[in-house]
Amino acid sequence: MADSFVIAVASGKGGTGKTTVATNLALLISRAGKKVQYVDCDVEEPNGHIFLKPAIEKTEAVTVAVPQVELDKCTGCGKCGEICQYSAIVAFKKNVLTFEQLCHSCGGCMLVCPTNAIKEKQKEIGSIDHGSADSVGFVQGRLQIGDVRSPALIRQVRQRTAAEGTVIIDAPPGTSCPVIEAVKGVDFVLLVTEPTPFGLNDLMLAVGMVRELKLPFAVVINRSDVGDDKVRQYCRAEEIDVALEIPDDRRIAEAYSRGDMVIDVLGEYQKHFADLAEHIEGKVYAQRGL
Amino acid sequence: MKIAITSTGETLDSPVDPRFGRAAWFIIVDSDSMEFEAIANDNVGAAGGAGISSAKVVIDAGAEAVLTGNCGPNAHRSLAAGGVKVYTGAAGTVKEAVEKFNSGELTAADGPSVGSHFGTGI
Repeated sequence: MADSFVIAVASGKGGTGKTTVATNLALLISRAGKKVQYVDCDVEEPNGHIFLKPAIEKTEAVTVAVPQVELDKCTGCGKCGEICQYSAIVAFKKNVLTFEQLCHSCGGCMLVCPTNAIKEKQKEIGSIDHGSADSVGFVQGRLQIGDVRSPALIRQVRQRTAAEGTVIIDAPPGTSCPVIEAVKGVDFVLLVTEPTPFGLNDLMLAVGMVRELKLPFAVVINRSDVGDDKVRQYCRAEEIDVALEIPDDRRIAEAYSRGDMVIDVLGEYQKHFADLAEHIEGKVYAQRGL
Repeated sequence: MKIAITSTGETLDSPVDPRFGRAAWFIIVDSDSMEFEAIANDNVGAAGGAGISSAKVVIDAGAEAVLTGNCGPNAHRSLAAGGVKVYTGAAGTVKEAVEKFNSGELTAADGPSVGSHFGTGI
């Protein structure tokens, strides 16, 4: 049975519970006897490992290409600087400077250089860990401290996702380039939010993003009994599916603070997450016409 | 000599803009004759690399020195590569800054005066 699909857990606002939802969903699916992989794409601060406690079996370095100029071949024409949209390379006559942190690795400077004075060199930006936690496959990206090129690293992490089974991507917060890189092309997106003005504002941005990307999605409302009713009103008005509501339960906060899994500590949540998994599967299969 | 002053306006009486990369204008002044031209800075709203692009503007304009409030690391490295001396801490009007420069009251900065992204306000 071909039941492979990729679910991304995202949110506009940070701290809404993406990792709680993603890790518990992954563990629950694996305990149901299915093949599942948890992929932490929140590469600036991956924290799924705190809850899943994986054994890391392999770590690989991730590099990106940046320009290296051979000044003896440079004629000082300045074309490299003109094509660069990020000021990562700039020519002051024959004095060519590169700013590796700003480089987006497009290769444009190498293409336009008339004397082939620019070569590619590899620059390390982070690493990818591979491992497993019980039967949950585990992959996480870690961006080097001080580096800013998370989209390039997330793209590499996405290339390591399993070809079969369920893949659960823990996306970074926000709606900008790193998030797009983490969610594009997935089968389903879960948007985790909270019923507060910030939660609503950022949910609306996130909904705009997934609609632009034409991705099917549903909302999870965390701490659903605090704040106000505006997130629910918005979801009703926009005909957005609310797949799960998690109440503001002190026991969940306590479990989280110890690094425990919610489904281990609070038995009733096994059913909630099982229902959520089934709900998403149903939607994905319906979409595929199965 | 030709010097570039970061300015909030396009005249010699305009206040100095304390930012380099995201300054509103560059006033290119002949420090002897006080003849000047004003260049609007297209990099004010740049997503990134504003200091580097702005350095290119003042170097291409032929300036040998920059008078400004603050200058970040990428801009400083770029200006140094173009042989331009940087004088930070300039304040008051553009004209007052040039007068202070002419009387030797400003000293060239050996390195950047602020970190990256200072001029973005975040």
